[in-house]
Amino acid sequence: MEIIHLLFLGLAALAVVAAFNVILQRNPIYSAIGLIVVLCCLAALFLTLHAQFIAAIQIIVYAGAIMVLFVFVIMLLNVREEESRGDRQKYLKWIAGPLFIALLAEIAAVLRLVDTPAPAIANPNQIADPSTSLGTVESIAHGMFTDYVLPFEATSVLILMAIVGAMYLARRGSQAEMDRIEKALGGQGEAEPSTADDHVAV
Amino acid sequence: MLKWIVLAPLIGAIVNGFFGKRLPEKVIGLIACSSVAVSTGLAFFAFFTRLLPLPADQRVITEHFFTWIQVGKFQADFAYLLDPLSGIYLLFITGVGLLIHIYATGYMHGDPGFYRFFTYLNLFMFMMLTLVLADNLLVLFVGWEGVGLCSYLLIGYYIRRQEAGDAAKKAFITNRIGDFGYMIAMFTVFVTFGTISFVTKAGVPSFLVQAAEQPVEVWGAAGVMTAIALLLFVGATGKSAQIPLFVWLPDAMAGPTPVSALIHAATMVTAGVYLIARCSAVVVKSPTAMLVIALIGAATAIFAATVGLAQNDIKKVLAYSTVSQLGYMFLACGVGAFTAGVFHVVTHAFFKALLFLGSGSVIHGMHEEQDIRRMGGLKKYMPITFATMMAGWLAISGFPLLSGFFSKDEILWKTWSTTALPHGWGRALWVVAALTALLTAIYMTRMMVLTFFGESRFGHAHDAHDHGHNDGHESHGKPHESPAVMWVPLAVLAVLSIVGGFVGVPAALGGSNHFEHFLEPVIAHVAPHEAAAAAHDAHGVAGVAGVAGGEEHHDVATERLLTGVSVLLGFLGIGIGFAVFRRRPLRQMPKLLEEKYYVDEAYEASVIQPLETTSRDFLWKGVDVRVIDGAVNGVARSFAGAANLLRYTQTGSSRNYAAVILIGAIILIGYFGYMATR
Amino acid sequence: MVPLSWYLALSAVLFTIGVVGVVIQRNVIVLFMCVELMLNAVNLTLVAFSRFLGDLNGQLFVFIVMAVAAAEAAVGLAIIISLFRNRETLNVDEADLLKL
Repeated sequence: MEIIHLLFLGLAALAVVAAFNVILQRNPIYSAIGLIVVLCCLAALFLTLHAQFIAAIQIIVYAGAIMVLFVFVIMLLNVREEESRGDRQKYLKWIAGPLFIALLAEIAAVLRLVDTPAPAIANPNQIADPSTSLGTVESIAHGMFTDYVLPFEATSVLILMAIVGAMYLARRGSQAEMDRIEKALGGQGEAEPSTADDHVAV
Repeated sequence: MLKWIVLAPLIGAIVNGFFGKRLPEKVIGLIACSSVAVSTGLAFFAFFTRLLPLPADQRVITEHFFTWIQVGKFQADFAYLLDPLSGIYLLFITGVGLLIHIYATGYMHGDPGFYRFFTYLNLFMFMMLTLVLADNLLVLFVGWEGVGLCSYLLIGYYIRRQEAGDAAKKAFITNRIGDFGYMIAMFTVFVTFGTISFVTKAGVPSFLVQAAEQPVEVWGAAGVMTAIALLLFVGATGKSAQIPLFVWLPDAMAGPTPVSALIHAATMVTAGVYLIARCSAVVVKSPTAMLVIALIGAATAIFAATVGLAQNDIKKVLAYSTVSQLGYMFLACGVGAFTAGVFHVVTHAFFKALLFLGSGSVIHGMHEEQDIRRMGGLKKYMPITFATMMAGWLAISGFPLLSGFFSKDEILWKTWSTTALPHGWGRALWVVAALTALLTAIYMTRMMVLTFFGESRFGHAHDAHDHGHNDGHESHGKPHESPAVMWVPLAVLAVLSIVGGFVGVPAALGGSNHFEHFLEPVIAHVAPHEAAAAAHDAHGVAGVAGVAGGEEHHDVATERLLTGVSVLLGFLGIGIGFAVFRRRPLRQMPKLLEEKYYVDEAYEASVIQPLETTSRDFLWKGVDVRVIDGAVNGVARSFAGAANLLRYTQTGSSRNYAAVILIGAIILIGYFGYMATR
Repeated sequence: MVPLSWYLALSAVLFTIGVVGVVIQRNVIVLFMCVELMLNAVNLTLVAFSRFLGDLNGQLFVFIVMAVAAAEAAVGLAIIISLFRNRETLNVDEADLLKL
């Protein structure tokens, strides 16, 4: 057991625990934090796989932008602890466990039967030809702007559409709508009572 | 040319049918009568200048109109056949038909449906002529059904009257029962002989010729010939109102009187006799069938005569008289005397049409009164009608030297002397027929006495109810004679009733019986006398020519004796009629007879009610509503139910959908993984 | 060298957790986060194979995936916001207009 294995196991355990945290927590902020932990563990694992660039942008983009967005939205909507209203699909709670085990068992079975190959490249850290070594910014850029230039451009158009769409969907509504939301969100530091039965938002 | 005889009335019908509503009465009548006149003229022309000059055994004229059906071996053309049998029928149908058309223009004057009447009447002539001139069983059947249809249309002519509609339906349905027998017979003929044609075509001999070569069937055995003959007779029973399918004819009197005269006396009801005479080659091969025909004919004759004795509606008396006389005709066919039967058809057409038209004149003059109990003493008010009806009355009663005398006598003699039936049957049937003759004279005399003789019993009695439809005679005054357009046909028919019998004077009485010799080539000879000489020639003969005389060795003395007996019976009947009914005209006749032996009620209870109940309760409520509708609705309901169940999968909750997708994915992965390991 | 199968196993576990999270959670934002979790698990698989096959395409693919995930997150959250404005609830079960 080398150090790399231990490292892997530690990161993996942390990631799994954090993932469970994401799905089992009541407060969405805690779920968000759990997800951030998962992302960072994954970034570390990327590094062990010689995917430096990917690891970096995982942190920058995923953890740094997307999760921040999530947290902003959670705070904007002032989501509290989950009110335990009647769960209409109660049975799902019970079948989730067995489904979990079933899926895992299947994947384990498949993995057992598949021969995993030895790595094709012994050590990608050859500096002899930086453009061909795996995972460096140079090689990724090289591939991106030659083979994958079309998906790249398409992705930029996609992001443009996403910007426009997000702006439109989330725009401020009419005054009446705003008032209604104000009323719904009211009680945060104001004198209005904030009991659940007052503004039963269904 | 033959086809114009048939088509002229059709053209008249089409013109009147489409344009008649806007035409004045005179024009409609003119179109109708002239189209029939064209047919009549052509018929006489064809008969006398084309058919008659031909030698006796080659008197066949055929004319092909168009090929209707030709499938494999089966061929049915619209082709016409003029030979002695159809020629005779052609003459009296067109002649009497023309007279009745002329009469009807007067009788139906003022009726709002005038054009409809003549359309149907012309259509009827077309159908009847198709029937008579057809050269195969199928086209004959077209005419057969067509006259049934026209009978329905004309019986139900008074569309506002419930009983007219009911009678029309009864006629049509009863006819259809007979038609079933006809159709089976037609199929059997085709299967047995390979053709249904009366003439030899394209090398295939007609089925009549083929039948003539078959052996006579054993008495009592059920062979093909017996089957065909009996089935054809079933059809004839329906059309010609014999037992058991006669019940429609008295009810058919609900139609206008010219209809009763034309269809139900002179022409349509004789179609059955025509059929049997035409297919005589088949009938004579089956002694069983001949006995059945003779028995039913005789039974019908005497049965109807007894009922006619007790009827009080002048038209009903004549209707039962028609049924009875038709029984005579079938009796003649049953004993093998087909020519005598056809002879009686012709004379009967004359005097029965005369009697019906005369009764129409009486009804017309009495302002739609039809009950003879309310008439009386009319001979001084309607002298012409009285005189002409007297001719008809005497003819039907068998007064010597009138037409009815010769034809009825012929039948009686042939019945007595027949060799076609087992020994003794002929004599017994003669007794029945003679009794019927007596009864005929009695009831006809009763009718005449109550109508024309004695004191007038009308007056205040019929003021109370006026069911007249004619406009010009609202005054309930004295009965009046009919206009010339009505009594001239009566006069013509009277003359024919008187002299019409002279073409058939039998040898025993000094005549040469032209009628019988004329028809002989076309009619098959009865078994024991059969000479079995079938003559084929290039034209194709429509029947067997078996002329070898077996006829001449009959007993002249007996024939004269029997003739004398029947004359006596005639006078006796007339005498009884006068004696009994002159003194007490309103003498009540037995209720059983008046209610016609409750035959209609029996049919109603035994046949109609069960059918109705079965149809309504079982077939409709049980099968149709519960089973069929239930099945169809059940299928729909099951689908709705299934859909209702499936509805629960659409929960609208995306968590559910995700869970289901997950389950599906697990199943798929498991399946493929399992497959990969095998 | 950590064997490939370990990476795949970890990815599988993370993915399964994400799927079960979608089934369990009622809060729509957390639901969304579970979807992101699944995406990341797949990213891990892609990168692992890219290393072990010596093929750069895996990492390029991950790049694209991340870009698309970002766009999707933005739009999805915008939708959630407008949904919240209309219904004032973040319970995903409340959005069941497609129920028959």
